[in-house]
Amino acid sequence: MASTIRVRAINSGDTTEVQALIQHPMDSGFVKDAKGEIIPPHFIQQLTFEHGGKTVFLANWGAAVSKDPYVKFAFKGGAKGDELKISWIDNKGASDSTTAKIA
Amino acid sequence: MTFSLASILALALLAPALADDKPDPVADQKAFQRFFIEKFPKVKYEDFVNGPYSMDEGLHRQWEEKEQFPPYEFAVETGKEMFATPFKNGKTYADCFANKGIGIRQNYPTFDEKEGKVITLELALNRCREANGEAPYNYLKDEMASLTAYMAFTSRGQKMDIRIPNDPRALQAYENGKRYFYTRRGQLNFSCATCHVQSPGEHIRAEILAPALGIMNAMPIYRSEWSGMGTTSRRFLTCNSQTRAVPLEPQSDEYRDLEYYLSYVSNGLPISGPGARP
Amino acid sequence: MTNMTRNIVLAAVLLMPGAVPALAASEADFKAAYAAAEAAEKQADQLRNKWTTTEAQLAAAKKAASTGDFDAAIAAAREAEALANASIYQATSEKTRWKDLEIR
Repeated sequence: MASTIRVRAINSGDTTEVQALIQHPMDSGFVKDAKGEIIPPHFIQQLTFEHGGKTVFLANWGAAVSKDPYVKFAFKGGAKGDELKISWIDNKGASDSTTAKIA
Repeated sequence: MTFSLASILALALLAPALADDKPDPVADQKAFQRFFIEKFPKVKYEDFVNGPYSMDEGLHRQWEEKEQFPPYEFAVETGKEMFATPFKNGKTYADCFANKGIGIRQNYPTFDEKEGKVITLELALNRCREANGEAPYNYLKDEMASLTAYMAFTSRGQKMDIRIPNDPRALQAYENGKRYFYTRRGQLNFSCATCHVQSPGEHIRAEILAPALGIMNAMPIYRSEWSGMGTTSRRFLTCNSQTRAVPLEPQSDEYRDLEYYLSYVSNGLPISGPGARP
Repeated sequence: MTNMTRNIVLAAVLLMPGAVPALAASEADFKAAYAAAEAAEKQADQLRNKWTTTEAQLAAAKKAASTGDFDAAIAAAREAEALANASIYQATSEKTRWKDLEIR
């Protein structure tokens, strides 16, 4: 199955800028469907970006993050050709991960 | 002598009034585009299709960044898959459209001279489905949004190219659309023009208003407010209810004619769809 | 004021137009008010110019009537009728006034 994670990492000098778009319903558990029943919560709880064995970005998410979240951040270090590993796990125990090369 | 002079004078006085009543889309389009170009001299012509982003520098920068990873990506992919999937009878959408349905979005809406009515892209897609034994899609939901998003994407950069044939019914449809655009409605007494001609670049609550010029070029749009892709039909209906007007049925004559008018007066501007909006 | 004067004033107030119907709000009165509002809304519908707030007031009128609160129901129905009439006026006057906004 295709990855839910799209990522682009660009290095310039000693900084690497990362953007990621993750496909996930991010249901908060507060919204009702057309029948008036609560759509159960289904959201990413932890999102991790790793480089060189170290975690460079860690997000602990909850119900407030919207559908198909977009993340952008920069970290010191990283070089062209290095690998960046991205993984997430949601409240239902589902997970996905991918690796991208820093450009 | 006096009689014919009087009648000549009468005709001379009547003539301008009659000319005033005959629709002149070419003149309308010129005046429409000139109005916005003069009102916003710093905006590049092609940028008008980017709605609120063309009106605010800060928003524009944020939007440029997001375009590297646009939120509508998923809908375009879904739309592409749907477009390629055959109907139960083996035919595909490609069989219903010119050029197999690729790069043709800028020609819609079109005026169907056999039927004597405006055909929008959404309507054409559902007719294609029904002609091939499939149930039509709800104009307000994801499937139609994904399909039209994909088709718009294949037309990116192409210039809006709406034709009004030399047919009084087409001229009437155009005129109906124009009248709808400027007519005030709802308890808030807003017309489309109230926001998009009188107040582009200004705030309405937390939103920055888009100019009417090029407003159809970005459709359909992924709205953060909707957390998803929404059709032109959806936008027309929600704009209505936001002015406290009871919306009409999707793809009602009024909405088809409105889309016809708004698209025509933006001829020449590039298709930027599908768009991302706040 | 003496008791007598007060009674006369009270009687006069009670006999003023408007005072009497308020004392006798009935289902029949509601039905009449609602019918009038509905008729106006039907006209607005024919003009393709209904307002969401009119619909909301009609619904509120029905709801109040269903609980037996005919005073509130009639008030809502009257409000709905006024809104419907305003929407009719809007549609009618906009037939010519739209040109004022047109870019020329």
